[in-house]
Amino acid sequence: MGLAGFEVEVQRPQADGGLSTEDMTLSMGPQHPSTHGVLRFVVRADGEVMKEAIPDIGYLHRSIEKIAEKVGWHGFMPYTDRVDYVAAMPCNQGWAMAAERLAAIEVPKRGEYCRVIATEFNRIQSHLLSVGSMAMDIGAYTPFTHALREREYINDLIEELCGARLTFNYMRIGGVAWDVPPAWREKALAYVQRFEPLIDEFNDLISYNRIYTERLANVAVVTAEDAIDYNLVGPNLRGSGVRYDVRRDEPYSVYPELDFEIPVGRGEMGRVGDCFDRYIVRIREMKECCKILRQCLQQLPPGPVITKVARNFKPPPGDCYVRVESARGDMGWYVVSDGTAFPYRCKIRTGSFAAISIVQKVSRNLMIADLIAVIASLDLVAPEIDR
Amino acid sequence: MAPLAAVDLHVRVKARFGESIGELTGTRRDNASATVAPAAIVEVCRFLKTEPGLEFDCLSNLSGVDYPKRSVIEVVYHLYSYRQRHLFTLKVDAPRDAPVVPSVASIWSHAEWQEREVFDLLGVTFERHPDLRRILMPEDWPGHPLRKDFVEPEEYHGISTSRESLLKAT
Amino acid sequence: MQELVDGLIRSGLAPAALPAWVHYLVAMLVFGGIVVFVFILPIAGITTWVERRVAGRIQSRIGPNRTGPAGFLQWLADGIKSLLKEDIVPVAADAPLFKLAPYVVMTGFVGAFVAIPFGGPLIIADLNVGILYVTAVTALVVVGILMAGWSSNNKWSLLGGIRSAAQIVSYEIPAGLSIFPIVMLSGALSMQSIIQAQGWEPWRWNLFHNPFVFVAFFIFFVAALAEGNRTPFDLPEAESELVMGFATEYSGMRNLLFFMAEWGNLYVIGAIVTTLFLGGWQIPWALPDHPVVRTVLQFACFFLKSYFWVFVAIWLRWTLPRIRVDQMMIMCWKYLVPIAFVNLLGTAVWMVAFPAGLPAAQMALFLLGVALLGVFAWRVTYHLRRAGLTRAELSFNPLSTARIPW
Repeated sequence: MGLAGFEVEVQRPQADGGLSTEDMTLSMGPQHPSTHGVLRFVVRADGEVMKEAIPDIGYLHRSIEKIAEKVGWHGFMPYTDRVDYVAAMPCNQGWAMAAERLAAIEVPKRGEYCRVIATEFNRIQSHLLSVGSMAMDIGAYTPFTHALREREYINDLIEELCGARLTFNYMRIGGVAWDVPPAWREKALAYVQRFEPLIDEFNDLISYNRIYTERLANVAVVTAEDAIDYNLVGPNLRGSGVRYDVRRDEPYSVYPELDFEIPVGRGEMGRVGDCFDRYIVRIREMKECCKILRQCLQQLPPGPVITKVARNFKPPPGDCYVRVESARGDMGWYVVSDGTAFPYRCKIRTGSFAAISIVQKVSRNLMIADLIAVIASLDLVAPEIDR
Repeated sequence: MAPLAAVDLHVRVKARFGESIGELTGTRRDNASATVAPAAIVEVCRFLKTEPGLEFDCLSNLSGVDYPKRSVIEVVYHLYSYRQRHLFTLKVDAPRDAPVVPSVASIWSHAEWQEREVFDLLGVTFERHPDLRRILMPEDWPGHPLRKDFVEPEEYHGISTSRESLLKAT
Repeated sequence: MQELVDGLIRSGLAPAALPAWVHYLVAMLVFGGIVVFVFILPIAGITTWVERRVAGRIQSRIGPNRTGPAGFLQWLADGIKSLLKEDIVPVAADAPLFKLAPYVVMTGFVGAFVAIPFGGPLIIADLNVGILYVTAVTALVVVGILMAGWSSNNKWSLLGGIRSAAQIVSYEIPAGLSIFPIVMLSGALSMQSIIQAQGWEPWRWNLFHNPFVFVAFFIFFVAALAEGNRTPFDLPEAESELVMGFATEYSGMRNLLFFMAEWGNLYVIGAIVTTLFLGGWQIPWALPDHPVVRTVLQFACFFLKSYFWVFVAIWLRWTLPRIRVDQMMIMCWKYLVPIAFVNLLGTAVWMVAFPAGLPAAQMALFLLGVALLGVFAWRVTYHLRRAGLTRAELSFNPLSTARIPW
């Protein structure tokens, strides 16, 4: 892709004989240990201080939206996992909800509860990976291994539930594919009970460590106005102080029956909306997930988990816009149906796509080490950006 | 916080812009939409963002849909208001052989990247866009992949885009 | 060592016909070779094994456990593997500098061992400028790292090399300033003299001599970590930013030489700290009739004290995150240097006020040190008790069919 389109300004030698300097153009290229996937940033730097970091995306573009038009309504479900493979359950849910809304299908109660349980476990998985790799990017290698150790247990639980550890393909149009296995509820409850105090232990280890907070406080402050203007969603938006969560404000599924808080960044270590706020919102959200999981696992109603939907599924013509709260924020699914067995258009608007567009703005006059902190705190994942 | 229903939103916009706004279509809150004439889209969006009581401060989604049968490429704007908690959809039809739509990047910063994606994948040119270039595909990729009549090129820089069938006996 | 060689000449084991300097030269080379191959390289290698096992324990995983008992031969396997790897020199790299850089770094590192005592009379050369020589030679590493960063023809390596140069050069100042109080107290720069000026009892160590030296110890340790490119100061090789910093383009044995120098440098740091602050190889028993036993005991005492600081450095590496370049510079120039100056002046004032030292203050500081360790131990057990996890809970496996512990 080269540097076409990234014209960089080179400072000319000064006429009065002063020291002339040239800005260095670095390519934090597609292969890099900490760009959370194949992302590329063209960094114009004056030594360690960046003038600008321009994102260059498209390395993981797999034309998932066009594939939807080819494989049909049911067949697209495994592809939705790959839209964001770190938090795949909400993607499944978004697609299923879009199809159900177009065809006015109602999902049975137990199916909805299974969906929420799976999604909240997936949210914990995704946040563990996010905070763990953020700590690793800042230089602390131990919290990453601890976070992944906990994530392994959830992987095992989800594997027992749906057979896969990363790309689940668990939900179907009309419900979920498989019911909860026997004795799984007890194991899940036992795990939630074990996990909740470990969040405090994680905080003791890294979250309030002086070196860590000094790295993150007051770095890349995003005001609430900017966050809304750039359409930041999820923990990024909540870190800037906007108390908005699709699960509570545009409720879907069984979330209206559940009781949980929305953690918001309060500017504890620096200004509201800095990297630390976005990080600590994710930590607190994991605690809220535990709350939700306990309620769901205890209230799980009996009944079927899926409504029978025709194999040759043909929703009536029309369009819909479904929003689900993924781990990375509000994920918008704009789906157009023309009455055939193949979707006419599926557009997925993801949280990371907007988040990466704000990197260029907040990276002015940061240091290169801070760019890493910014990327990690915005929780960018390449598959969501490029689809 | 006083969310307005789609009907009321449509009435207010139509009262202000008259002919440029089409009729309200759609059956539910999330697909209630009105078509807007391309020339007026920037003013309509500015009105929707700044008018007290409407305050659509967020461009939730901007997508393009190719309708070769109607010979248009439709650009769909999903607007959301965090303050008032209402949702509305605008649709702009651009002629398919020369799709040009004014850019709303000056109103919502999020539009900048979304419009680049629509330009890249569908070929819609956005007037007065600060930086209109391809975003997902390589700069020298021929064609616009998401169009219904897109034919994949045989090769790209010497790399073949098709594979031999694995079922053929060698 | 010189006495040993003279003794060999006198007793006729060495041919007296050759001039004395030939004997000394051969002795130097032989002793140097023994120290390098029997002590330095294995220590550097074994420290990697210790690091990986300790890291595994901290990160709730196992670490190497296949090659040899408890993975003890892993470092040997890694060394052999590196020797057999393809030697890649980037096409556009400055080849002579590129190939020379690891050897400059190794020279700076191995050269320090000339003046490091091992216990009792065991020292290659008890230079009368001992500690000054050690400080000067370890600074040679900067040249090597800059060479590596520049000649790799890679902007990221260059950034790593420049960061490292800035870091090491800056932290020489607080390190040097923290050594001066010790030199003043001991009245000599020679390593053996510094050790002999202390006593074997902990309250007669330099560490507890006066409060200023107590603070100087911590400053020295932090500055030494920074010089050794160890976390929290491992910006030059910050994996998540610069892939491997100045060593990105290196492969095979050249790469390993950089990192052997780093791990071996941990031991050098430990040895210097032990010499200057912790009483070196002094043991309670004089044992005049058993020189070999005495030397072995002194060697063990010195080695254990030094290796404890290696363990502390490893522990810090796997616990703390990394600080940023500008924060590191601010800490050095705005905080450590002024405090080090205050320590220097304070020690001088103390020496004028109490020419023979103040035993009461020494005992008080020693008890303070013991109290700090006690508080630390109590906090650790407090956290273990607060976690309240039983053994069964710690090894929780959600898929097991065994009864859930609670």
